[in-house]
Amino acid sequence: MTAVRCVDLCKTYCQGDQDIKALDHVSIEIAESGFVCLSAPSGGGKTTLLNAIGGLDIPDSGEVYVAGQRIDNLSKGALAELRLRQIGFVFQAYNLIPVLTARENVEFVMQVQGVAAADRHEKSTAILKEVGLEGLEDRRPAEMSGGQQQRVAVARAIASKPSLVLADEPTANLDSKTSDELMELFTHLNEHHKTTFVIATHDRRVMKYARRLIRMLDGRIVDDIDQRAA
Amino acid sequence: MHLFGVLFQLAWRNLWRNHRRTIIMLGAIGVGVWAMIFMTALTRGMVDQMVTDSIGILPGHVQIHNPDYLDDPSISNRISYTDTELRQKFESAGFESWASRVRVPAIVTSERDSRGVTLLGVDPVAEKDISFFDYAEVEGRFLSDSGDKGIVIGGKLADKLETGLGKRIVIMSQDPDNDIADRGFRIVGLYSANTSAVEEAYAYIGKSTAQAMLGIGDTSTEVVFLGTEYRNVEPVYEAVAERVDERVSVQRWYEIDTYLGTMLGVMDGFVLVWVIVIFLALSFGLVNTLVMAVFERVREIGLMLALGMKPGSILGQIIIESMLLLTLGLATGNLLAWATIMPLRDGIDISIVGEGMEMWGASSMLYPKLYLGDMVLASVVVLLLGFLASLSPAWRASRYEPVEAITKA
Repeated sequence: MTAVRCVDLCKTYCQGDQDIKALDHVSIEIAESGFVCLSAPSGGGKTTLLNAIGGLDIPDSGEVYVAGQRIDNLSKGALAELRLRQIGFVFQAYNLIPVLTARENVEFVMQVQGVAAADRHEKSTAILKEVGLEGLEDRRPAEMSGGQQQRVAVARAIASKPSLVLADEPTANLDSKTSDELMELFTHLNEHHKTTFVIATHDRRVMKYARRLIRMLDGRIVDDIDQRAA
Repeated sequence: MHLFGVLFQLAWRNLWRNHRRTIIMLGAIGVGVWAMIFMTALTRGMVDQMVTDSIGILPGHVQIHNPDYLDDPSISNRISYTDTELRQKFESAGFESWASRVRVPAIVTSERDSRGVTLLGVDPVAEKDISFFDYAEVEGRFLSDSGDKGIVIGGKLADKLETGLGKRIVIMSQDPDNDIADRGFRIVGLYSANTSAVEEAYAYIGKSTAQAMLGIGDTSTEVVFLGTEYRNVEPVYEAVAERVDERVSVQRWYEIDTYLGTMLGVMDGFVLVWVIVIFLALSFGLVNTLVMAVFERVREIGLMLALGMKPGSILGQIIIESMLLLTLGLATGNLLAWATIMPLRDGIDISIVGEGMEMWGASSMLYPKLYLGDMVLASVVVLLLGFLASLSPAWRASRYEPVEAITKA
């Protein structure tokens, strides 16, 4: 079963007088439970592709399918609903809502989904324990380290059990030890929850965790490597 | 409901995120609301007193006259009902109080001077609850009964006539045949009023004495009725109207004293305009606070949109934040207004501008009136206009593109 399918995606941005091709006829398929890294230098198109898959950005042309549903032609409201129900996001920074505690951040998506309070509490407790933040539930983001904050973001992304987690440079602001811990957590969650992970990164240490590595350059896919075979 | 819960939680916490700014804005709203209510209470107090005093002096709440009397207030245009008929019609009608009067223009002459006055022939017992002064506070005494042969005038009139208690003055008016009707009276009492204009204007004699002097039998020129509330005189008006025929006309107080009636309407409008003007000044601060709050949270709003929160929810969150701020400001302002008006209930001495106030028919003591309706009006206007003012920043926040907002520097 295919978790994500992109067909001939094109996206061009205007930067001053120049047109920048962020996506240039990109087509990929990502299987369910996949663990994929999109790798590219800055401006290579990996974040644009991630945003297109997540319904945050609409391509100029081409088609995007998530869990078999075409999403590039959905309304803003329908895209928001899709992101709420099916996709978890982990961003590079500014990942958490600063006025909420770790637990409240984790419960945020579930709360918007309308999950009952007791159910939310049970799930957030379990997931925070799973990501190693037991005892820090009532801390606000400002009272936690960068690594702990990213763990909360991961916990939030997977708490409502989305079929797909999209992570954009999740380790960019973390030291190497914390980066490794986070990637091990991703691997663990991928293996145990069968969640599909698509991670945009240019960090080599992150790439080695992926089972599949897609390299991009100037908006095009230049390499697609099955790292298990390698 | 679950969504409202999360929006309320976010709005409340965001409100206190920059607590200094919030406290300053709360202070501004609180002072603004206090100013709205305090000034309204002063205005209401002044107008209430002017109306109440004026109603007490002249119209009561409802009056009946001969239909021609208001155009020509002479004794010829008196009511055709006799005192007995009036008692039969109104005695058991359940009015707070009512009294019939003989009221005619007259000249009062002392040994030194003469003045034009309004002569009131009253039954002191019936008039007691309607009178604008307390009989017990009259220097000397008030009239003992309808047939009392004395006269009670204002202290100021006595000064002008250079006369005093115990001295004799002559009252001169016209009888129904347009002949001079005059009589000498001994001054038995001097009354005080809130304004010297009133003290100069009215002279009281017994009603039977007036009827005898003018030769009008047991008829009167006006009957005055008092209800419980000058703003709601309809029940009294209807009760009077159904008991009389076309030989008399029935008027409400604001139809008799159109100046006062108009002024009351103008003051009601003024209160609303005052509340709106104050709010407009406040709205700049409110909108600025919200715009800053939204501007500071662009990334966060982008994040919430990216996580699946709908634009409408973002809009709702900002509006809830605005409403919370306004509600707290309103509570502060209302409390402040109550706390500052209550100690002034016994009156503010404004005698320093007393003469100017007299021009408007107001006394030199101002009694602020705090009405629940005015507090509600201020609160509703602030919330309603605050809601409208917060729509723009809230709408702007809800229109962010998540990708652009998240990457905003």
